[in-house]
Amino acid sequence: MRHLMSPLDFTVEELDRLLDLANDIEKNPEKYAHACGGKILATLFYEPSTRTRLSFESAMLRLGGQVLGFSNAASSSAAKGESVSDTIRMISCYADICAMRHNKEGAPMVASRVSGIPVINAGDGGHQHPTQTLTDLLTIRSLKGRLNHLTIGLCGDLKFGRTVHSLINALVRYDHISFVFISPEELRIPDYIREDVLDARGVPYKEVERLEDVMGGLDILYMTRVQRERFFNEEDYVRLKDFYILDKKKMKLAGPDMLVLHPLPRVNEISVEVDSDPRAAYFRQVQYGVYVRMALILTLLEVEV
Amino acid sequence: MGVLNVGRIEEGFVLDHIQAGRSMEIYKYLNLDKLDCTVAIIKNAKSNKMGLKDIIKIECSLDYIDLDVLGFIDHSITINIIKDNEIVEKRGLTLPKEIVNVIKCRNPRCITSIEQELDHIFVLTDPEKEVYRCKYCEEKYKKK
Repeated sequence: MRHLMSPLDFTVEELDRLLDLANDIEKNPEKYAHACGGKILATLFYEPSTRTRLSFESAMLRLGGQVLGFSNAASSSAAKGESVSDTIRMISCYADICAMRHNKEGAPMVASRVSGIPVINAGDGGHQHPTQTLTDLLTIRSLKGRLNHLTIGLCGDLKFGRTVHSLINALVRYDHISFVFISPEELRIPDYIREDVLDARGVPYKEVERLEDVMGGLDILYMTRVQRERFFNEEDYVRLKDFYILDKKKMKLAGPDMLVLHPLPRVNEISVEVDSDPRAAYFRQVQYGVYVRMALILTLLEVEV
Repeated sequence: MGVLNVGRIEEGFVLDHIQAGRSMEIYKYLNLDKLDCTVAIIKNAKSNKMGLKDIIKIECSLDYIDLDVLGFIDHSITINIIKDNEIVEKRGLTLPKEIVNVIKCRNPRCITSIEQELDHIFVLTDPEKEVYRCKYCEEKYKKK
């Protein structure tokens, strides 16, 4: 039985197969409409994340399966002090697969050690959020046709943004990838990413402060939200949150094939005037999120269609 | 070693080449206070190799000692095993791949911060830089 804790749990070859499956689901949804008939997905969300939970639930429902679960810790037995291990033992009797979101890092890993069913990490604190990374990879591969030979700009909160760290870790496994990191000094990528991931593999990158200076050379621009909950004081948050806003004027500097991605929800870092630009791919990204979760559920349940 | 009168231990072992000043830390991590046998701590002994060093002599079987813990604390320590007043074996240490319940994860966002019964497990992720990370949250352990 396999679980998914980190995007690196899959080899590049396994990822290729997963993404191929997701693309087949996209093309032939009716073929998969009953693939998980009689199966149940449990969504165990100890902290609210409506978007991720609904994406998982949509994925299971579109596979003909059913869902149960809770959407915050207060409505679960965790409020009574039950351990994650005990909860997953119980859920293993109720469902065939589960997606767990927890504000504490490593909670899904704890669950996977005693679980009788596959556990998907649906986000654990600032640690990992592998299905977001799978979504990003599927979006890039589907819309650009490749995961190699790309220059990827990452903009915004690069210090605390786990989606950014995860995506970097996943992309450095492909050939001829280079990065441009666009952030204020205070929110630059952490040293361990720079040293242990990029320098260790000889992946080229540059760090800049102004989005305008680098727009022209990017294949992908990955925008991120400056998250209030990652800050320890309000003053820093207010000072930095509006630092980088993507608007029509900046989009004029970009190439015709550059794609804008965003893990969503956005606050104001992408102006709504960009939404109608054909290069804005963030809502298509949401759709790919459902396809990749469908492919993941099928893979972990070992359902052949 | 002769000057330090190892001969007084008939059966047991000597932890040699401990960095000067760290013997009490090792005493604590190895739970030597729980042993009933003779334990001698020598601080600031002269050493050709290190200038000054600490030494711990323990009169019991090596089986009672967690060598992984010792390797984690300082893998340059050497172990001299004594039988019938003689050193019969010198043993080196390696960095353990995994250590359980020796150090605690200090990341306030880690699941171990709220679930007290969980083992604190650290995994060696970079042997060259001697980096250990929490098995759950992957936070790097920083030696004081």
